[in-house]
Amino acid sequence: MVTVNINGHDHSVDVPNDTPLLWVIREHLQMTGTKFGCGAGLCGACTVHLNGEAVRSCQTQVSQASGKKITTIEGLDPKGEHPLQRAWIAEQVPQCGYCQSGQIMQAAALLAKNTDPSKDEVVAHMDGNLCRCMSYVRIQRAILRAAAEVRGV
Amino acid sequence: MTKHERFAGLPKLDRRTFIVGTAATGLVIGFAGPRFGESLAAANVDATQWVTISPDGKVWVTVGKADMGQHIASTMAQLVAEELESSWKDMNIVLASNDPKYNDPILGAAVTGGSWSVGMNFDTMCRAGAAGRITLIKAASDMLGVPENELIAKDSRVIHAKSKKSLTYAQIVQSGKANKAWSPDELKAIKLKTPDQRTKIGQSLPQLDIPAKTNGTCKYGIDAFAPDMLYGKPVVPPVRYGATVKSVDDSAAKKVPGFVKAVTVEDKTATTTGWVVAVATSYEAAKKAAAALKIDYDKGKYANVSDQSIIDESRRLQKEGTEGFLFVKDGDSAAALEKAAKVIDVEYLTSLNIHAPLEPMNALAFEKDGVWHVYTGNQFFTRTTIIGSLIAGTDAKNIAMHQHYLGGGFGRRLESDMVIPAIAASKAVGKPVKLIYAREDDMQMDFTRPLTYQKVKVGLDDKGKPIAMEHDVIGAWPTAKWGIPAFLTPAVDRKRVGDTTEGLHDSFTVNGADYWYSIPNHTVRNYENKLAQGATPSGQLRSVAPAWTFWAVESTMDEIAHATGEDPVDMRLRLLDGAGNNAGGSTPQNLGGAKRLGNALRIAVGRAGYGSLKVGENEGMGVACVSSQERTNPTWTACVAHVKVDPKSGEVTVKKLTLAMDVGTIVNPDGVRAQIEGSLLWGMSLGMLEKATMKDGGIEQTNFDGYTPLRMSQMPELDISIIGNGEPAVGCGEPAVTVVAPAIANAIFNAVGARVRSLPITADAVKAAITNKG
Repeated sequence: MVTVNINGHDHSVDVPNDTPLLWVIREHLQMTGTKFGCGAGLCGACTVHLNGEAVRSCQTQVSQASGKKITTIEGLDPKGEHPLQRAWIAEQVPQCGYCQSGQIMQAAALLAKNTDPSKDEVVAHMDGNLCRCMSYVRIQRAILRAAAEVRGV
Repeated sequence: MTKHERFAGLPKLDRRTFIVGTAATGLVIGFAGPRFGESLAAANVDATQWVTISPDGKVWVTVGKADMGQHIASTMAQLVAEELESSWKDMNIVLASNDPKYNDPILGAAVTGGSWSVGMNFDTMCRAGAAGRITLIKAASDMLGVPENELIAKDSRVIHAKSKKSLTYAQIVQSGKANKAWSPDELKAIKLKTPDQRTKIGQSLPQLDIPAKTNGTCKYGIDAFAPDMLYGKPVVPPVRYGATVKSVDDSAAKKVPGFVKAVTVEDKTATTTGWVVAVATSYEAAKKAAAALKIDYDKGKYANVSDQSIIDESRRLQKEGTEGFLFVKDGDSAAALEKAAKVIDVEYLTSLNIHAPLEPMNALAFEKDGVWHVYTGNQFFTRTTIIGSLIAGTDAKNIAMHQHYLGGGFGRRLESDMVIPAIAASKAVGKPVKLIYAREDDMQMDFTRPLTYQKVKVGLDDKGKPIAMEHDVIGAWPTAKWGIPAFLTPAVDRKRVGDTTEGLHDSFTVNGADYWYSIPNHTVRNYENKLAQGATPSGQLRSVAPAWTFWAVESTMDEIAHATGEDPVDMRLRLLDGAGNNAGGSTPQNLGGAKRLGNALRIAVGRAGYGSLKVGENEGMGVACVSSQERTNPTWTACVAHVKVDPKSGEVTVKKLTLAMDVGTIVNPDGVRAQIEGSLLWGMSLGMLEKATMKDGGIEQTNFDGYTPLRMSQMPELDISIIGNGEPAVGCGEPAVTVVAPAIANAIFNAVGARVRSLPITADAVKAAITNKG
């Protein structure tokens, strides 16, 4: 048994230690907001926070996550109203939407450290997150909008 | 396809009575009467019609179109709400099952593609909304005791202005008094709003599906669960098609905890070949077991096929010249070419490309009480239902498809392959199986965009004027593989023979070659490369043929201009004279014809500053304009690409893409813009970054390291102009894909004088073209 703390709750799961955290979250615990895209750390669809850092859950073994604070899209904000989530709606970002949990989690890690990122900093931070619908124009705009909101401007 | 015909071989919908009436679920609006698939009702298919207003006043629009991010479900709700006069906050979406009552009213099938959805459903959805409104008003008139003509409907409420009385839709539905059966003639006689009366169509209403896509609650096929469910991971053969499994050794797999069974897929539809499914109690166990299986294959007859052998075969077919189907035959191109003072004779190529939607293919399948339930996101339920039934070994009416949001479609989910291993595995183990392709399976077993070869010959007279064009298009035929005669087209010198494929060709591989330029003596031939058809089962990839036909046509137009010294824009405008066949008007969607394309071109070049703004050293602007997707429903689109080329390395930087698109009626301006942003970048990605290759019968790329769609850092500046002139609505999700690559190639030529004729445009190809020029 491995115990993981996700969004403030402990869950015990009977899986081998090398099980990717992604499958524990998505399939064993049925928290399906975190998505499977490539299984190789190349697309970012599975991004979650581990002690506040954005990580690819498909490349993280469950044993590495045990004892740490895991946050998924479901736990980013209790009401789903994180400034980024609001900005995503205001800018009408998602198309198919499949990558967007990962995009939002990746962006949230940036805003937690830097509430005034330049456009270049946004691009550098987000470049590992693939959006096959190519909604990049709006992802970029939404991050800058949310950052401005966080700064109160 | 030049004419939209009902999908043959399936039960046709009877002309049935349109009902607005009270049922247990509330007020239902839609067709009533006996229907195919009735036996499903007891199983798990809901009883809602197209639109239901529940007693709490909420409006539920059941959408038979697959939503893959084009927000078509929200758009359908917008069309209904316009005429129903319901508040946008009351609108909700239900994704339709495979019950044929939800089939497209024009196509007679459940299929989403071709940028057809808005155009083909506009009238039906508006009319359904209007019938609902009129019936609600009539009921309100009885309830309030006032004449109908003194009542108006607004914001989910019927209002009597004189007495200041009003009833909410919820109150009217609760009364049970709204009931009317509409005859087809009555329905047809409803006067829909004129554009100036509209309050919702034309507004950027927020898309109904977006909030759920920001908080993880939106459900895709991969998010489905069933009690007691097992997992399946496909094990795919080393060749794309034609393998058979000789033996499976599962001795090592048996040591993986949770492993249940290795199931060899018996696929009588021949959609898949040589697939095995590793079934286990978890996906990670299925994956480990899959890796541990030792499978011996007969690799079949395509084991030696490569890109080069496909190209060689296309060249051979073209040279032989006997197997082409005439798609355009206007005048006598051969005679005119004989007389020409100069002939431009060039080859254009496009590579294999992979859809790679971010949600890998998947399906959950299980049988319960004689009905097979399949959970997935799919663009072609009608066909997937039939394929599913053949694998399950049951009648099609016993297949219940549960639609989900699609984590990307782009044409990939027009295919049905994902349900095959899911049903086969579930059947073998007697339990629900959720089957998920690993990214590697998804890429290597993609129904790729065909590798195309095109030969273009243009004859110029002694003044440099084009007097003939011959265009041969050769590749695999994605739509032909479905074997549905209604989706194929007779060659222009042949007639349709009954309900067969005789004399028919796949015009979805050649659309666009029938351009709107007035050039006399035009011949287009369409060839099927059967080697490619066998070795690389192909699919419709966002925008399909126009992405390769216009690659050749629009590059060639610049080649003509440069050969004659005329400005490429001036030349295009001169040839888009709207004469004869190019006047338009054969369908409501193509009214205005070539002149509308000229108009879009003027807007794009004007906004880009083409010809007026100075560009830097080794920079250039290039244009292209297209009438994608088909002559019957063209979306007039023009693009200016501004590029910078490093002449030493051949590296190309796209600085800016300026696009103008005439979509007739804009239902949701912000939604249209989102589609154009994405499809413009798709055009650039396919034009410069995405390339799949075949070697030894297999696709070489396996993941997003080898196959590399555009990322945020590669995004150029975009400038988008949407033209809405009130003409009939046409599609906006695909056409921009087709205009970008030729605009970039033409810009590269204008920057450094190098012509590239193969997609994707690589730095090496540009460098080689620079070295070889002159």
